[in-house]
Amino acid sequence: MCPGCDIAIAMLETAQPAPHALSALAEEAARTSLMSGQEPEPENEPPLYAARRKVYPQHVAGTYRRVKWIVLCVTLGIYYLLPFVRWDRGPNAPSQAVLIDFPNRRFYFFFIEIWPQEFYYLTGLLILAAMALFLMNAIAGRLWCGYLCPQTVWTDLFQAIERWTEGDRREHLQRDRQPWTVDRLARSGTKHFLWLMIAWWTGGAWVLYFADAPTLVKDLATLQAPPVAYAFIGLLTFTTYALAGWMREQVCVYMCPWPRIQAALTDEYALNVTYRYDRGEPRASVKKAAALHAEGLPAGDCIDCQQCVHVCPTGVDIRGGSNVGCIQCGLCIDACDAVMKKIGRPARLIAYDTDVNVKRRQQGEKPIYRIVRARTMLYAAIIAVVGILMAYTLATRHNDAVSALHDRNPLFVRLSDGSLRNAYTLRILNKSLEPMTFVLSVDGLPNVDIDVIGSGNLLNGHPLITVGPDQSREVRVLVTAREGVPPGASIPIVFSIVPKTGGHTATVGDHFFGP
Amino acid sequence: MSAPKPAELPSKPIGTTGHEWDGIEELNTPLPRWWLWVFYATIVWAIGYWVVYPAWPLVTSYTSGVFDWHTRSSVASQIAELQQERAPMMAKLSAASLREIESTPELLDFARALGKRAFADNCAPCHGAGGGGAKGYPNLNDNDWLWGGSLAQIDETITHGARSGDDAGHQGAMPAFGRDGLLKPDEISTVADFVRSLSGLPTTPGADLKRGAKVFADNCAVCHGPEGKGNREVGAPNLTDKIWLYASDKKTIMEGIINGRGGVMPAWGGKLDDATIKALAVYVHTFGGGEQ
Repeated sequence: MCPGCDIAIAMLETAQPAPHALSALAEEAARTSLMSGQEPEPENEPPLYAARRKVYPQHVAGTYRRVKWIVLCVTLGIYYLLPFVRWDRGPNAPSQAVLIDFPNRRFYFFFIEIWPQEFYYLTGLLILAAMALFLMNAIAGRLWCGYLCPQTVWTDLFQAIERWTEGDRREHLQRDRQPWTVDRLARSGTKHFLWLMIAWWTGGAWVLYFADAPTLVKDLATLQAPPVAYAFIGLLTFTTYALAGWMREQVCVYMCPWPRIQAALTDEYALNVTYRYDRGEPRASVKKAAALHAEGLPAGDCIDCQQCVHVCPTGVDIRGGSNVGCIQCGLCIDACDAVMKKIGRPARLIAYDTDVNVKRRQQGEKPIYRIVRARTMLYAAIIAVVGILMAYTLATRHNDAVSALHDRNPLFVRLSDGSLRNAYTLRILNKSLEPMTFVLSVDGLPNVDIDVIGSGNLLNGHPLITVGPDQSREVRVLVTAREGVPPGASIPIVFSIVPKTGGHTATVGDHFFGP
Repeated sequence: MSAPKPAELPSKPIGTTGHEWDGIEELNTPLPRWWLWVFYATIVWAIGYWVVYPAWPLVTSYTSGVFDWHTRSSVASQIAELQQERAPMMAKLSAASLREIESTPELLDFARALGKRAFADNCAPCHGAGGGGAKGYPNLNDNDWLWGGSLAQIDETITHGARSGDDAGHQGAMPAFGRDGLLKPDEISTVADFVRSLSGLPTTPGADLKRGAKVFADNCAVCHGPEGKGNREVGAPNLTDKIWLYASDKKTIMEGIINGRGGVMPAWGGKLDDATIKALAVYVHTFGGGEQ
């Protein structure tokens, strides 16, 4: 969001050209004019605002284009269809595989059900996501930006539709210069209609994650759905249409913080889409290169055909080096490879490479690739540790749990016969999908009575508490000590619950206070 | 020959700001113009706010806006919404007997949740946040009750109060035996010792407990009972248990005999609706000391 951060990484020049006699004179003049106290001529201030240069990305075919199509189909396929995947959990739970159930405060993901107090799993997911992003960046630069980011995927789809309706780069450019005709209107209209339909479907798919999808689709169609569903569909239709149709690379260049973070996180061994200037420079057309070679002068492989610029979805010239505008989608690699093949030169003049290797080749050394580095290992280790920890806690968690809250006022109660009573609020969780009856007991104090308000049922003197399926229940528990509580006592006690039918015992510790 | 270097970006006609760190220069790239338009759009949006919402102060009033929106009516509508949401449960609460409420988990949970709020708003100033009481204000958690601890009795005490001026409220007070000259100072001291002995507390060495017993039988037993077990008809406390409304030391007991006692519990009937009073009765009863 900060164009002031738009920092150009200027390559250090290895050799300065000898100052021309004229420029030496000019420098001398500037020095003397400064010494004589004269103000130097004010430079022309650059404009504060500039119009966006519209990008007309050209169609391209090749390896990376294929990868992008596959990723597009898979990610959009998951996004649009996942809400319709069913997952049978039995009668007391929804049968949608992925569901964020806000009214009931539950999140379902296939066989995993998350309660609000287990929100830390989301923290774990966020750590995993961040580390995966960092690891991708450390290995091969902006893999996320180039292939996986929703902004990239939807923009890619929208641009394909644009090429289909309004023609490829050249045709579209020409058409845009001409006055509006019925044909142009029809093409433009078709494009915007298709964009809006996709945007609408995108918003529609979003809300399906928050309610039973088939029911909601029916309700939406019959105008019975809650207003908030329509509002969110409207909102996401607008954002998808605006961001993928109109904003496109402006999102990456001016709105997204990741390019800045990525630039700060990268290092010299991360593979990036790189123009191998050691091979490409000096640029010359095929004819001119032949002439130069004939004279024994150097000529690079780059024929300055601009194909890499024309196919770029963000309008970047990769030959200028890494910069925030480049999402590293690899389409320029495909474009350049096609040209190199045509003129019979080796492919990958633009390739996933590093500046280190470009410099090494210039000096006649072998390129080095270092995937195993401190940062890649560290990111991978954090992913492994957090992933294993999450998997372990998910696999070993139990269906029952109990928490206790001691009454704060009064801390203890003296009964008429002199015995002491402490009161607690216990919350008992039943995460199973069946109603459960738990046996409550308390340990740590001899000769205590334990009563549960609202539960008259006992099993061998222990109160029974029934909790509904997939629910929690709060009960007031009174612990009365007949004897043996010294003044000022704070005795550790443990509440435990165990299903009446046997199973896991959940415990929680608290204290019993005396006068 | 100098090594070839990458071409300058052809789309980089803009100079730098002149800032340079370690060979890294800061470009002076102009902002995209749409950004400026977004800024203007936020201004237009703000004007929209002035039009639809209350915004500008006038001399005696303010511009109320075309939506006619008020914080007060907004809160009122939210409260109405909440009441509507609660209505079915409130109706069930009104229809059910106190005992039914306590034995139905769904109603008990609702009544306790409602009672907790109502208690904090109305009862906690005297009885404490958790009903722990204070000197002169009964602890509602224990099993000693001045006017009875069954659900119906608690409900009645909340509705009509004690010494509240409500005709149906509890009446009766501890007379000022000392101030009104009904007992002599030495009689008061002796009977105070006797009262302490009723619950097994140590007495002043050499105290004439027999004389104290006589003074008690003549003056106190009519309300507190011949054995000092109290009388809930008049709110006379049981003097034989371990629970003391004021304190168990001799000085405090003598204070009570000299000046009398008579704490006031307001009548809440009419101030709170029936369902809330029911919820309060259940809430207090389930503190732990409730009687059957």
